Amino acid sequence: MTIIKHELKLNLTSFIIWASSIGALIAICIFIYPSMKGQMEDINNIFSSMGSFSEAFGMDQLNFGTLIGFYGVECGNILGLGGALYASYIAVSILSKEEKDKTSEFLLTHPISRKRIVSEKLIAVFILLTALNLIIYLLSIFCMGISGESIPFKEVSLLHLAYYILQIELGSICFGISSILHKGNIGIGLGISLMMYFVNIVANITTKAKFLKYITPFAYCDSASIISNGSLDFVLIIIGLIFATCFIVLSYLIYNKKDIK
Amino acid sequence: MSIIKTNNLTKSYGTCRGIISLNLEVEEGEFFGFIGPNGAGKSTTIRTLLGLINPTSGEATVLGKDIIKDKIEILDDIGYLPSEAIFYQGMKVKDILKFSSSLRKKDCSKEQEELCKRLNLDINKKVEELSFGNRKKVGIVCALQHKPKLLILDEPTSGLDPLMQKEFFAILHERNKEGTTIFLSSHVLSEIEQNCTRAALIKEGKISACDKVENLIKTSTRRVTIRGKVDLNKLEGIRDLSSQNNSTSFLYSGNINELINLLSSYNIEDLLISEPSLEEVFLHYYEEE
Repeated sequence: MTIIKHELKLNLTSFIIWASSIGALIAICIFIYPSMKGQMEDINNIFSSMGSFSEAFGMDQLNFGTLIGFYGVECGNILGLGGALYASYIAVSILSKEEKDKTSEFLLTHPISRKRIVSEKLIAVFILLTALNLIIYLLSIFCMGISGESIPFKEVSLLHLAYYILQIELGSICFGISSILHKGNIGIGLGISLMMYFVNIVANITTKAKFLKYITPFAYCDSASIISNGSLDFVLIIIGLIFATCFIVLSYLIYNKKDIK
Repeated sequence: MSIIKTNNLTKSYGTCRGIISLNLEVEEGEFFGFIGPNGAGKSTTIRTLLGLINPTSGEATVLGKDIIKDKIEILDDIGYLPSEAIFYQGMKVKDILKFSSSLRKKDCSKEQEELCKRLNLDINKKVEELSFGNRKKVGIVCALQHKPKLLILDEPTSGLDPLMQKEFFAILHERNKEGTTIFLSSHVLSEIEQNCTRAALIKEGKISACDKVENLIKTSTRRVTIRGKVDLNKLEGIRDLSSQNNSTSFLYSGNINELINLLSSYNIEDLLISEPSLEEVFLHYYEEE
């Protein structure tokens, strides 16, 4: 518990900044929707005629004339990308920063097993991600409520759940990588998230690259299919969670035997 | 009981040398010195004993327990002061001290308060505002506040002013009297000479000498300083010869009678024969090979 508390304290400032940035952007998007609704017919026509560009972002299947269609694209990108970057940012540095900042000699010479350090730090990452998603989710619902639109509860909840799972997966992958690094290299974490995001865009554009859907977690966050199917793609999610589990197991195995620099 | 015992302990970093077949034994209640130049393997030895790095081969016990299997139990009874005392940015000194004691699941508040008072440490400051010496004090309190059975200190006095060094060693001697074993790694020889009962010299990853400090000094070698004109060419066993104006100084390890016989034939103004400092002995160990 001691390390969890310690990590939460150290991460508090950056958490507040990320949560309020993502939250503010989403709130702005929801609030401008009512004033844009009238013009949406034209926008729909423009987007549906833009070919593969629209396909890349799933805009060919979404109806901008509805709040959920608009929300799926705009907020999907904000929460999807913002959340993914935050997850990889905290996870990729949480183990390796001890060596980078040379606090490892302090922490690891206390009578705590490496296993417990890994466990508590992993739990700290999960707590931060869960808190971020809860706050954003409640904020979204709240903003939709005061904007006067009817709230599409089911679709919004499914979208947010998908992004939460995405962050858990990316966080776990980056956590595994963190156990190998000797220097907290945030760039690697952010790079992985961005790469996954673009892999998904490529997979959306061309049918030849459909297999990429099994690699990137952004595939099961595709708002168009979540909204039109009314459910999540569990096959992709299970594959994603298997990836996550592998990296978590890896982090225990590696960190337990690691020579601390 | 041996507090630290290593048996052919070896650590190599890829092709780099760390320590090679190190055999070291520290007894309970000792004030043990560990001397060597930078890069000789002092820190590698300590980091292996603490379980920060894994030995390539060989084994070691600390407090009678295996350094790999019983690492956590060992760490429970050790206080470690790293050479660079670095802590978490943004945390206050008192939070660091509390974090350390809660990781040990011990209430050290009484001991902590006394140590901070003696070392003159302001616990309400943030660690990044502290000077190097003051950060070192935080490290000292962290290492001492839980009253460990073994203290491992890696170059503890760097950054501390002379008054603080004095106070720090006073605390260490008190703890030593209470039964704490102290393992002091340093390249400041006077520190070892004044405080330790036994010492080991490490050179290029190997122990090159290990004995009581007084025995290390009590070699047959003497420091001889002569004022007056003498011709020493016939004498064997002279090292580190230096002449200034009318005075000559050298380390002598030959027969003392021959020296006296030779000197008696000259008209000398003054003669001083003294034990060499540990530093001189130490340099001599290093120059041998």
